[in-house]
Amino acid sequence: MEYVNLKSIGPFIALALIFLLGVLVNEAFLSSGNLVNILARSAFIGIVAIGATFVITAGGIDLSVGSMAAFISGCMILLMNVLFQSINSIPIIICIAVLASIAMGLVAGLINGLLTTKARIEAFIVTLGTMGIYRSLVTFMADGGTLSLSFTVNDVYSSVYYGDFLGIPYPVWVFSSLAGIAYILMNKTIFGRHLFAVGSSEKVALYSAIDTEKIKILAFMIQGFCVSIATIIYVPRLGSASGQTGVLWELEAIAAVIIGGTALKGGYGRIWGTVAGALILTLIGNILNLTDMVSNYLNGAVQGLIIIAAVVIEQKNDGQVKS
Amino acid sequence: MTLGISVPAGLELIKAVQFHKSFGLISVLNGIDLTIKSGEVHAILGENGAGKSTLVKLLSGFENLSSGSISVQPLDSEDAGDLLERPIWNQRIAEAQKVILIHQEFNLIDELTVAENMFLGAERLRHFSVLGLRFLDRPGMDEIASKYLSILKSNVAPSDKVGSLSVAEKQLVEIAKALSKTPRVLILDEPTAVLTEQESLVLFTRIKELRSNGVAVVFISHKLEEIAALADRVTIIRDGNQVGCYKVSELSKDEMAKLMVGRELSKLFPSIPAPTSKTDLAMSVSVLEIENNAPISFELKKGEILGFAGLVGSGRSALMEALVGLRTAKRKVVFIKGAEIFIKNLAEARSNNITYLTKDRKGRGLFLEKTAAFNFSLFALKQFSHWFLDAKTELKAFLRAVNLFDVRVKDLEAGVSRLSGGNQQKLLIAKMLETAPEIIIFDEPTRGIDIGTKSQIYRLLVELTQKGCAIIILSSDMNEIIGLSHRVAVMRDGQLVGILEGEDINDVEIMRYATGLKKKHYED
Repeated sequence: MEYVNLKSIGPFIALALIFLLGVLVNEAFLSSGNLVNILARSAFIGIVAIGATFVITAGGIDLSVGSMAAFISGCMILLMNVLFQSINSIPIIICIAVLASIAMGLVAGLINGLLTTKARIEAFIVTLGTMGIYRSLVTFMADGGTLSLSFTVNDVYSSVYYGDFLGIPYPVWVFSSLAGIAYILMNKTIFGRHLFAVGSSEKVALYSAIDTEKIKILAFMIQGFCVSIATIIYVPRLGSASGQTGVLWELEAIAAVIIGGTALKGGYGRIWGTVAGALILTLIGNILNLTDMVSNYLNGAVQGLIIIAAVVIEQKNDGQVKS
Repeated sequence: MTLGISVPAGLELIKAVQFHKSFGLISVLNGIDLTIKSGEVHAILGENGAGKSTLVKLLSGFENLSSGSISVQPLDSEDAGDLLERPIWNQRIAEAQKVILIHQEFNLIDELTVAENMFLGAERLRHFSVLGLRFLDRPGMDEIASKYLSILKSNVAPSDKVGSLSVAEKQLVEIAKALSKTPRVLILDEPTAVLTEQESLVLFTRIKELRSNGVAVVFISHKLEEIAALADRVTIIRDGNQVGCYKVSELSKDEMAKLMVGRELSKLFPSIPAPTSKTDLAMSVSVLEIENNAPISFELKKGEILGFAGLVGSGRSALMEALVGLRTAKRKVVFIKGAEIFIKNLAEARSNNITYLTKDRKGRGLFLEKTAAFNFSLFALKQFSHWFLDAKTELKAFLRAVNLFDVRVKDLEAGVSRLSGGNQQKLLIAKMLETAPEIIIFDEPTRGIDIGTKSQIYRLLVELTQKGCAIIILSSDMNEIIGLSHRVAVMRDGQLVGILEGEDINDVEIMRYATGLKKKHYED
């Protein structure tokens, strides 16, 4: 029974160890400013990764999330700039853009879902395709440059990223409440159970009266929704979008999911593990920034090592379960 | 061509001493002694979960011994008593010593051809080389493959993709593969579970040939008739303990069954009470048309067991899957209690109180790496959920069902791949009956499971009819069909060729219809 526990708390032990390392490396690490910063920065990848947990648990993969975020950012900015010409109330403009963002996220997820289920194309191929499409669309919309949000609108909107409640920035509130909802959805509802079933074996799921296509489409739509939420809090951070927005988010999100102990082959998802994974990835970057021992340029290498180590440890645990 | 390595008969080839095996805290085998001699067929008999598969996995090096020792006669010696103890014994050494196991589960790759599968890891190369590289000798491999396949009277071609084969054909490929390795000790783990009677008979002829060449054949089976007909000696194990090793000629089938179960076996087939009502219909299928077959119609009464007999490939499973919405039907007109119902998928079948238990319990029935509890509640999940899943109700229902259906789950956290076939089947039944269906379709309800569990399942079927359930069973076990059914529908090539009742329900008559010698014409 102990190995099962080890498997589920593994990511949290790793998180604690890396946190401890941060404390030892630099005393500035523990400053409330730095801690809040880590949490806020991890929110984007964390929110996208929560969506990725659903898709991966259902046995799929979504490579399009980074491009999707960039595309939705671009659309939001263009929309707000256009609305600014005709509507006076900036909060209303922002509300419309937020709703549009959510709608776009859901539709983008629906498209990925329909192509993988109804057209029976591998999720990897489908999302590789949509990844390229969204990326080039946003570059096209920005004419190769940058789309900037009108300053007047951004002045108001920026509080969504920079503002706080009880001293904790809004992105952190969004991240944690989304994680809470996702946890309940995945572990306490029929949908969540069906998600595990579909990811574990589509055939058995079908013979258990589960609408496997619906479950997979919903997983992709949840992913799209999460991307749109991440975009909504990302746009006010810089007030701009370009062809470089959200580059490699898909890989960081998948990395967070894997570090968190979700099985890449599907059938087994862990929301809090994913949250820990996202925090670990951000912490590594932060600690490298605070120390001279390892060059900051090696951030990616350290993250890569952690991902591989996470999978090695997980496989060892799997072996124990089986033998 | 000779099969296997020729060895003088009666030579001790393998000696297992005090085999112990445990997984974690769970002990599976407690001290088994076994001697395998050349030129004998040695059966291993035991209920599901008795440890038979584990025993042969130890013999063939697929699992490591927890304690005990294994001695093997050297390949180059024909002197009795030359046995050499093997402190290191794994799959590779076992194969080099010509000890070959055919697993219960197939180890074939669907995407490769039959010949590629047969020579996997032992590919034959051409004699010439280019720049030191030697190429695969495909024609050579195909030729050898087809030779072994024809020995088994299989119609499979070496170039067929394994994925396109039926379960029985795959089994024969596995056997051909094992034979191509010229075994000295050939171990078969329930080879006939998925074979038809004719296919089994061909296999038995080959086994007898192997035996006369001096090969030792170790044979796991649940079927007492097979053991009586084929084996020379039988080792019986019960709950991981050795009951004894006996000469088959000195035991009756009844005695074998008793030794295996450890208690008096009541009659295998319970007496089947007549349907509760002669006229009360549970379901009326007036048109069911799939693919290009002629439309089929039949009726099912309350409290009735309707058997569906037919040869493998006669289309029984496809028909039932179309009925419950797992396959598309061209036309489907079904009535329940006089009202027409429309079933587009299994969920709609479920809401009409119809359930279907697949014959493929490992591939379609259960999630092998998930726990028993996860598997159990999936089909009836709505019953455990008001907005959110209620873990307490779920657990209660699981424990009740496990108890009711006697599913022996040793480790609640482990995947159900650990369970024996019989326990898996009982779990599948528990899963599909949790919604309290009124029409239950069992596809091969007892395939590959032991006699004790079989009789449990038979008694369960009768109990269900007493509660007013209507049951359809699809089975290739003729005794099962005859022993349980009130009426028997016989299918051939996707057609319903006859529905037999009363005196007509016997194997001769059923075979006449199944093979096309006889056909009834129905009028509406």
